[in-house]
Amino acid sequence: MSETWKTLKPYALITPQTLVFLMFLVFPILMIGVVSFWEFNGYSMTPAFTLDNYRGVLTAVTFNTYLNTFKFLGLTWLATLLIGYPVAYFLSFHVPKLEWQILLFLVCTIPFWTSNIIRMISWVPLLGRGGLVNQMLLGTGVIQQPLEFLLYSDFAVVLGMVHLYIIFMIAPIFNSLMRIDRSLITAAEDLGASGFQIFKEVILPLSAPGIAIGSIFIVTLIMGEFVTVRLMGGGQSASVGKLIQTQIGSLQYPLAAANAIVLLAVTMLIIVSILRVLDIRKEL
Amino acid sequence: MQDIQIEPVLTVEAVPEELQAEAKGVSLRDVTKKYGSFAAVQNITLDIPAGSYTCLLGPSGCGKTTTMRMIAGHEDISEGDIYIGDTRINGIPATQRNTAMMFQNYALFPHKTVWENVDFGLKMRGMTKGDRHHRVGEMLEVVGLSGFSDRKPAQLSGGQQQRVALARALVTRPQVLMLDEPLSALDESLRVKTRGELRKLQRQFGMTFIQVTHNQDEAYSLSDQIVVMDHGRVDQVGTPAEIFSKPLSKFVARFTGDNNIFVGTVTSAVQDTQGQLIQMDVPALGTLLCLGDYAQVGTEAACCIRADLMQIKSLTEAETSVCGPATNRVTARITAIEFTGYVTRVSLVLEGSGVEVLYKARTPDWLTTSFQEGQTVVLDWAAADCVFLPH
Repeated sequence: MSETWKTLKPYALITPQTLVFLMFLVFPILMIGVVSFWEFNGYSMTPAFTLDNYRGVLTAVTFNTYLNTFKFLGLTWLATLLIGYPVAYFLSFHVPKLEWQILLFLVCTIPFWTSNIIRMISWVPLLGRGGLVNQMLLGTGVIQQPLEFLLYSDFAVVLGMVHLYIIFMIAPIFNSLMRIDRSLITAAEDLGASGFQIFKEVILPLSAPGIAIGSIFIVTLIMGEFVTVRLMGGGQSASVGKLIQTQIGSLQYPLAAANAIVLLAVTMLIIVSILRVLDIRKEL
Repeated sequence: MQDIQIEPVLTVEAVPEELQAEAKGVSLRDVTKKYGSFAAVQNITLDIPAGSYTCLLGPSGCGKTTTMRMIAGHEDISEGDIYIGDTRINGIPATQRNTAMMFQNYALFPHKTVWENVDFGLKMRGMTKGDRHHRVGEMLEVVGLSGFSDRKPAQLSGGQQQRVALARALVTRPQVLMLDEPLSALDESLRVKTRGELRKLQRQFGMTFIQVTHNQDEAYSLSDQIVVMDHGRVDQVGTPAEIFSKPLSKFVARFTGDNNIFVGTVTSAVQDTQGQLIQMDVPALGTLLCLGDYAQVGTEAACCIRADLMQIKSLTEAETSVCGPATNRVTARITAIEFTGYVTRVSLVLEGSGVEVLYKARTPDWLTTSFQEGQTVVLDWAAADCVFLPH
């Protein structure tokens, strides 16, 4: 009895997790894959095997939408990295006590205690035509006309995304910086490295896995983004996520499914290329 | 303290001239390090001769590592001056001090290969690739790691990692090399072997080595000079033999060997050819005779006797043997006999006072006797072997 239980125990322990995984991740993706081959005629869909949906995806419009999504991704990734790295660096190297590091890290997460949509909407009174920023710039005479690009523009979309997702860049980088043995930095100093050399030769390479993990988060989150694009882009900006959402809104499920499968493939491709460049195994 | 002579030792393999540096001595003058109101190091004045192997010995928290880090430039000096050769180095950045440090956990760069690790210091100093290549290659050969240049530190054994760390520090040709507990990460058998290698390497390079350690065996076997530290102060400086046979304080006596320490009051001190013959009154024990210097009648002091310098005798034996005028004699009961290989350790408790005493015998000698646990015996020791401890 106990011998049998011993061999079965690990399987029993992983069963719930596996079931959840199968039901809520693998099964839906398989369903999307199946539906993407179904026939569709404007008001109903029928199970079939057709590549029409994929032909419908591979158009100039979709291509341009992908380009636009890549633009959002590139800009947001760059901005989160350029802002997030110094923040993480400051937290781990210039805040002396662990208590303070934890406290300040929690401060970074405070914006995330509010729902995404409310955080997005709260940008409106700040960035709108008659918003705080424009009023201030008009009042001080820096500009004569209110700035239009602040809200409902690509700028606003990227701003919103950076605001929403920067913590996903800060956290893994902070984690990898915290793991760097401080004696390595003393050793580098001892061997004559300047501050910049220490950063380039020791800190940056050792925090690269953190950058990779943060980048993977950013890629997966932004490739599927549609809320920020809609709220901050004001209907002017397009992204693949928003395209799929529009198709679902107009009940074009097979087309949306085909789009989703292509998006999944593209996103996976980006992640695989990140992993080829940076080894993250030692972080896991 | 008398000068310590460093004898040149014939080298087995010659160190390439390119790798040799001019050794410089280090002097500390009233050096203090404070963290807030806490003084980690207090008023240390110390001379470390050029080309010597000096160990800073003491328990953790005694200030030995802080002292070393101040010399290396990784810690600011609160008060006092440090000189390397004739140059005062207060405030000079670590890089420009011509010192190098080997870290306790080696602090090898995990993302760099052995070659890149050793090359690092030269690269940072802006040497051309050609010069670096030659020197790194030679350095790796000296430490016997030529075949490992493409490995990462994680792919090396502890001993190999240690040699990479040593090579990385030595390749920049420092005038002083500092080693922070270099052997503590190794297992016992490797430690003894590596100890010998370190000593040999130091002789070959002729560099000044300053090592921090809490292990007295390590300090004895490696050093030309030992600096015993306690509570941020230097307790005693001397050759290993001096530290071992003539401790000057209770702390040194306790820390550096198996010494029995007795505390009492000095009742008389007579100048002798070898020093002072001192009589001490030890409570519940009586009068003890010891040899020393600086004793003042009426002061509290202590004396110690090494556990292996006493003679153990049965009561009948003691009756027949004459107890000379310059001999101490106590009666004690054996509480435990511990066999530890070559040495047998015998714990005793003094009759009347309850003071615990340790006696050590060579095991072959011990086996010729027939003492039993619980037996009452007599311990004799000569006043000449009993060291007076002024501090």
